[in-house]
Amino acid sequence: MHSVPRCLILNICYYHSFILYYCTFMNNVFSFILDSFNDWYTSYVIFCILLMSVVILIISIFNVEFYAVVPSIPCSRLALLGKIIHPRQVIHSVVHAIMGMLVAWCAAVMTKGKFQFLALPCTASESLDGAVQHMCLNEYHLFLLLSGAFMGYNYSLLYLVNNMNYLPFPIIQQYKYLRFRRSLPLLVKRSCVESLYLVRNVCVAHYFFGYIPRAWISTTMDLHTDSKLHPLDTLTGLLDLSLLYHTWLCGVFLLITWHVTWLLFKIYATEAHHFPVQPTFAEETDQCLPKILNSNPPLIIKFLALQDLMLLSQYSPIRRQEVFSLSQPGGHPHNWTAISKECLNLLSDLTQKLIMQQEAAATNGRVKQPSTGELGRSLKEMAFQTQRSNVISRAHMPSLVKSSLLPLKALSTSDLGSSFGSPFSSPALNRKAGILDLNSPWHGSVQSPHVMRRGPKLWTSSSGGDLRFQSPLILLFVLEYCCGRVKLHIRNVARICIFLNLQVFALLLQVRSFLSKRVLIMYFFSKHPEASIQAVFSDAQMHIWALEGLSRLVAASFTEDRFGVVQTTLPVILNTLLTLQEVVDKHFKLPHASSKPPRISGSLMDTSYKTLRFALRASLKTAIYRITTTFGEHLK
Amino acid sequence: MCSLALFPPPPAPGDVTLYECHNALVSGHIYEKLPLAFQDQLADLPVLTIPKETLKAHSRLEHSTKPAFIHHQETLWKRCLNAWRDVGMCGVLNEVANAEEADLQWMKTGSSWALALCHWVSSLHGSLFPHLSLCSEDMIAEFSQAVDWAGCSIRAFAWHPHTSKFAVALLDDSIRVYNTNSATVPILKHRLQRNVASMAWKPLCASILAVACQSCVLVWHLDPTSLSTRPSSGCAQVLAYPGHSPVTSLAWAPSGEMLLSASPVDTAMLVWDVSTENCVPLQWFGGGGVTYLAWSPDGSKVLAATPSAVFRVWEAQMWTCERWPTIKGRCQTGCWSPDGSRLLFTVLGESVIYSLSFSEYSGEMQGQVGGSKTASIVADLSETTFETLYGEARIGGEVHSMVWDPSGERLAALIRGNPETPESRTIVAVFRTRNSPVFELLPCGFLQGEPGAQPQLIAFHPCFKKGALLTVCWSTGRISHIPFFFVSAQVPCFSPSPSPVVALSSSSASVREQPLFSEL
Repeated sequence: MHSVPRCLILNICYYHSFILYYCTFMNNVFSFILDSFNDWYTSYVIFCILLMSVVILIISIFNVEFYAVVPSIPCSRLALLGKIIHPRQVIHSVVHAIMGMLVAWCAAVMTKGKFQFLALPCTASESLDGAVQHMCLNEYHLFLLLSGAFMGYNYSLLYLVNNMNYLPFPIIQQYKYLRFRRSLPLLVKRSCVESLYLVRNVCVAHYFFGYIPRAWISTTMDLHTDSKLHPLDTLTGLLDLSLLYHTWLCGVFLLITWHVTWLLFKIYATEAHHFPVQPTFAEETDQCLPKILNSNPPLIIKFLALQDLMLLSQYSPIRRQEVFSLSQPGGHPHNWTAISKECLNLLSDLTQKLIMQQEAAATNGRVKQPSTGELGRSLKEMAFQTQRSNVISRAHMPSLVKSSLLPLKALSTSDLGSSFGSPFSSPALNRKAGILDLNSPWHGSVQSPHVMRRGPKLWTSSSGGDLRFQSPLILLFVLEYCCGRVKLHIRNVARICIFLNLQVFALLLQVRSFLSKRVLIMYFFSKHPEASIQAVFSDAQMHIWALEGLSRLVAASFTEDRFGVVQTTLPVILNTLLTLQEVVDKHFKLPHASSKPPRISGSLMDTSYKTLRFALRASLKTAIYRITTTFGEHLK
Repeated sequence: MCSLALFPPPPAPGDVTLYECHNALVSGHIYEKLPLAFQDQLADLPVLTIPKETLKAHSRLEHSTKPAFIHHQETLWKRCLNAWRDVGMCGVLNEVANAEEADLQWMKTGSSWALALCHWVSSLHGSLFPHLSLCSEDMIAEFSQAVDWAGCSIRAFAWHPHTSKFAVALLDDSIRVYNTNSATVPILKHRLQRNVASMAWKPLCASILAVACQSCVLVWHLDPTSLSTRPSSGCAQVLAYPGHSPVTSLAWAPSGEMLLSASPVDTAMLVWDVSTENCVPLQWFGGGGVTYLAWSPDGSKVLAATPSAVFRVWEAQMWTCERWPTIKGRCQTGCWSPDGSRLLFTVLGESVIYSLSFSEYSGEMQGQVGGSKTASIVADLSETTFETLYGEARIGGEVHSMVWDPSGERLAALIRGNPETPESRTIVAVFRTRNSPVFELLPCGFLQGEPGAQPQLIAFHPCFKKGALLTVCWSTGRISHIPFFFVSAQVPCFSPSPSPVVALSSSSASVREQPLFSEL
């Protein structure tokens, strides 16, 4: 199985060799500039060049380690905070700060002049007795080092906040060189501008806190301060144009090299990879497309496979023919069955997820009491749901969507909706608990609608986001579940449980009303609605490719499918697509969902994960139209 | 090679071309009816006249709210700041140079020098690419596919690719959408919808209309079931990109995922992912901009014409391009055969139609356009004199726009007459074409409208069952439909059949009747 990620490894190898080329190139450029006014064949400079190559290698290793094809979107500020102080991220930040410092040190050494050394002989005349030459701290050098560390840390922080580890796949295929060339001007421009802001921030930080590292360094290294020079934490000291210029230049160099490393990694990792549909040799079976789609490879391999499926369905008649072909002994359409099954699985999973999310959203604020008849029906539906058939049949679906909203609206009475996405609960359990709680007698009496209606839910995290901070509450929920399940079997125990439930619920309400009054806590806990919607659709790129690949294959089958293998699955495909369409339509009518993508500023960061749901809606519609226009009246 | 001399003479003055039947164009009086056998085909297509007089002129010409306020003299610095925010560096220089304050003499002279330098540099740039010195309205008029874009009431026309629905952009910057099945005519207006140069409906979609405006691309989302006649501007998505205006041409990918937009000012053409509003600029310096786009019906190639004597053919998988220098002028228009293997194009300053063939697209050759080495001349449209019973008629000249019907059997070319000779006129010439096994171009005839009407825009109906249907917009504001009845020789490989909604309402005989689903 280890041969599967070979393509990725190969890509990364390419990428590393490219990085090496590139850093020697960058260093050449840099040294050429220096060459004009310096003799650069000193051991210092050669050492610096080596050091910077090492830095770039380490940065690219971090890129490889930290990439993600599905962005993690923090739903609340607390989750963001949690991400920042996560040990992994702390290591990232520290290493980047050190790397930044190393780059700054190299820059300082190569610039020479007043920046070169940390310690200089004092120029002050106070050492009249002469014999002892004091060494003084060169604050310029220190400033440059500190600014390098600051820039490195800032880069790491932005890397996290802007989801720079997310690998966006391009909307059109282009050669690597062209993609690189296309992004380069923007990258250089953004790096220059960003470096300006960084220099400003460094100056401010140094003005206020600059004395701390200076005092520390001078005491540990036994260095004196030069009284003749202005200390750099004063205004006059900081207004040194040469210092600011060199800091800026160092920042530009650092950002450009690191951003280019990052860009190259993105380009290499998202390059389209060609997976064979049918293995030519027996040992290649693991690498062929149907196999990969049906196994559980690393997510990037799955993404690349789906992208390849989309490309082959669009451009390659020969490979489409392989998909439609029958297996040699036996005559089964294994390829098509595997591919279509996986695509349909993906799509119906998305449908499930969206229904869940809608139900969670529907509970937010409104309380509706279903009649007993509806309740019974919803129970039946629930049983249907728990069977968890891979393909939801179309006949059942509309009623399912409609009725399943009802019991979950009722969920808000027990505040159980907030436990969606908690690691302890399956969706079916959620629902069960919700319905059973409805039966309990305290349903009408305890709920206080004004508390329910006002304000967003405290702990709703439908994305399965960061739940570590909620563990005590989760315990309570688990307790509640247990109660709910026991109720199913024994009536008597149920009564006790209801009592317990009531207690727990009252406690919960108290805690909640107490907490929601504290502004600071609300500030951290309040969920950003846009972020939670983005989180639901964070892996929608897979579904978009599945939709495109499937619909194009079906459309192509009208003329190319000689054995009629697609026809057998056509009704299921149409069912799945139409069900998904219904659910997606409903999703976009939710109050929180904006119907238009937000404006994207011309920034370097790719924010395409924020708008994936619009792309999904559009490609879903196109997929349905593609199939119906191709088959036309034959569908009747 | 086909030439105009082989054509039958144009119809008698006063007659109007009505339809084509049995390989001959039939002309007659304007109110004459079609033969009974064909009447039901055209019964519901709206024929309309939108005269120029009925269109209201702009109520407000000024874009800003400036004139509504009383003039107030501010300090120079404040004015400079405002000018910098509004116009940029040039505005500041202008403001300083025209300042009335006496004490800043050196600054005034300095900035006027700088301004002069700016003008000189920009004129240098303009002399390299003369079209850059035009104002944006003139530029649109120059590069638009409409013959008289600035003066005629109809500026752009677009058929929906799947249903009988079309959009008409008018002189007053509004767009009307006519549908054969409903009486409601939505009128689209938007603050940014000015100087519409082109429109395109999204394929494989109910109704999304992309509009090329002066400053941006507007994408209207029209609900086909809505009864509203004035969709709010909230239904429109604005796609803007700095330096990409005016937009003169649009092209949707036939598979409907991507939109291409082009501006004569921008050397890059933009590939839009409309749903997410992301765009990828496809930069290719040289040529000074992109004026006209045509996506081949099979989706494999894109023609991009530039304002200088060069055009490019992009291959739409890896987005590499082939560059084609022309001899005389810029490429004015072009159209693709239905299978994307042949491109017909015309060049400004020459009255011929060129043909360029491409190797069969198989998808295995990544990043190759596969064009043949040279383009061949397939039709000579130089000026020809026809002796008719009613006097001489002089026809011929440059081709302004050209359309090929979806089945690949008819080609219509809008020939602009020589402006020096008054008796030569703008006319639509129709050719019979065949693409396989060998390419053939045969004369069919000239189309003539009402007396005094000049053709303005031409477009083929994308899914007409009984042959082809050409819609002609005339300079009088009339939109007429001229059917060509014939039996298609081959089933087109990419025929957009009507969407099932329409198929349900008019259950007419399908071309393909073979049973698809086997009885299990």
